[in-house]
Amino acid sequence: MDILEIFVSLGFWAALVRMATPLIFGTLGELICERAGVLNLGIEGIMTLGAMTAWMWVYQGGDLWSAVLVAAVFGALFGWLHAGFSVYLGLSQHVTGIGITLLASALSYFAFRMMLPDVTTPPKIEPFAPYPVPGLSELPFLGEVLFTQSPLTYLAFLLVPAVAYGLYRTPLGLAVRMVGENPMAVEAQGIDVHRLRTAAVMLGSALMAIGGAFFTISVFDAFYIGMINGRGWICIALVIFASWRPGKALLGALLFAAFEALQIRVQQASSAFIPYQFYLMMPYVLSILAMIVMSRRAAYPKALLVPFRKGER
Amino acid sequence: MRFEPRTQVPLWLNVAAPLAALALSFLFCALLILWAGAPVFAAYGALLKGAFGSVFALSETLTRAAPLIFTGLAAAVAFRAKLWNIGGEGQLYAGALAVTYFGTGLITLPPVLMIPLLFFVGAVAGGLLLLLPVFLKLHLKVDEVVTTLLLNFVVLLFANYLLFGPWKDPLAMGWPQAAPIIDEGVLAPLIPRTRLHAGLIWALVFAVAAWAFIRYSKWGFEIRAVGNNPEAARFAGIPLGATVLRTALLSGGLAGMAGVCELAGLKGYLTLDISPGFGYTGIAVAMLAGLHPLGVIASAIFVAAIYNGADAMSRAMSISNYLADVLTATALLLVLASVLFVRYRPRWG
Repeated sequence: MDILEIFVSLGFWAALVRMATPLIFGTLGELICERAGVLNLGIEGIMTLGAMTAWMWVYQGGDLWSAVLVAAVFGALFGWLHAGFSVYLGLSQHVTGIGITLLASALSYFAFRMMLPDVTTPPKIEPFAPYPVPGLSELPFLGEVLFTQSPLTYLAFLLVPAVAYGLYRTPLGLAVRMVGENPMAVEAQGIDVHRLRTAAVMLGSALMAIGGAFFTISVFDAFYIGMINGRGWICIALVIFASWRPGKALLGALLFAAFEALQIRVQQASSAFIPYQFYLMMPYVLSILAMIVMSRRAAYPKALLVPFRKGER
Repeated sequence: MRFEPRTQVPLWLNVAAPLAALALSFLFCALLILWAGAPVFAAYGALLKGAFGSVFALSETLTRAAPLIFTGLAAAVAFRAKLWNIGGEGQLYAGALAVTYFGTGLITLPPVLMIPLLFFVGAVAGGLLLLLPVFLKLHLKVDEVVTTLLLNFVVLLFANYLLFGPWKDPLAMGWPQAAPIIDEGVLAPLIPRTRLHAGLIWALVFAVAAWAFIRYSKWGFEIRAVGNNPEAARFAGIPLGATVLRTALLSGGLAGMAGVCELAGLKGYLTLDISPGFGYTGIAVAMLAGLHPLGVIASAIFVAAIYNGADAMSRAMSISNYLADVLTATALLLVLASVLFVRYRPRWG
């Protein structure tokens, strides 16, 4: 199969949209945290936690949509924990984030093992089935690619304009952006900086967790140890690539997913020439390259990584 | 709640706060043990016995502590300069790759030269791996946290490629492993009939050396100055770029030596499971030690004891050994918070 054939195949474009979904959730979640001035390195662990809790909820008999809610609640809970350390106590966001990632993944794995002590092959659940949007799914090509997807995929795509609107067109969004640029100004407006940042980190973490849940209750039907495999870190790179803008985050996630979908197909065709490990490396290498390309234009939120202490200048 | 700096810190608080944090982490994990339906005291007893209960258990704990001392030092040195090197895992594998390249027959020297050579090439490989993130940090302001994290995956996949491809040992009956390290390069055992090896001595020597370097040398002073206040450091004429670069080479080198230690001391040949996340655990080790190189020795032994003890505990009763990861992560966060309460006094209202 040559490259051209891949680009005209429906399967490729449908896979692209599917693979972009968790990246959109994760990138938007991280973007909200960073816009409020908090780098959330807990993302990798929070995605793992979302994947585990959502799967476990369904496995124990819960339905799929409440599983999404469960993942979001657990994500928000760990976001709250992150904020407790990084916002209220003003501790290093780097170390806090790594600690949250270690704790969230360790707890996920521990709980998974304790609740399923005697299984060797991971049990399966019935995941989200593709939902063809009435009418639109009849469209040629686009119907299959965009409108015959998991409901979570629609949710991810709808979230992009929602987050953009929230950030740029509402007073709350203005406050969130301001608290990431100049927390003193927010304080002067009589808004509690700590509460606002905590809320932003909780909301962002809930989205990350839903992104993780997408893996276990939509694309796959089981939970594995090491399932997220660095996708959280890739989302952090995508936020930089997107210059902290939701629209560009969508673009970045799609580009990235395009590459992932492409590499799987090229890999099958050309594994004789290039070892598959080099294809698997590509997402990580590409993330680094994306950060290099965008580095000159990167406009970090000014107060990112800076803790705010009342009465301190 | 607000915090005001303490004018003087009472000595007891310096000791009590981290200990209280550790006690809290054990308390939290006790809840998890209860949830698992096991008796708490018996479980912690099994953990303690598995970590220190016999000469063999103790030797296993020290064997596990050796690479953790190296990765812990790597994180401690880097974090001192506020260089967020989260790439210890990748640097460890880079060191292991270099050892495999040089130590499996390419060069043969007597052990007195061969072993230092292996540590040297491992350190160089680890340091070189950190050069790209540091270059990007200094010249393009690309955050080193993300680049070092991503490089971990790249290096691991590269090792995977080598082990399934050109470096696969034809004598290994199809297992993905490289040729064994030649006898001259193998670290001597310390206690007969245990796996404890001279890598621990190397780790201790480097911990003391790192402490002396940070504490007494000019470059060490510069590392601390840049970490405490980069603006002031630059104002005082300390070269910022050069200092970060030196820190990176030192940090990456130490992490690379963890790979040497595991390969030449314990495993004997490269596989894909030479490290159960030593690079990441090293961050917890460094934080528990308050970034003090000598403290790293104690905290590495502590963390190694938790992991080995948890293995023994999970064999004795039905508690997953992921409890060790939970315990370490909880301790990392709580000790981090406890240090704040040592330096600042919380005021309510």
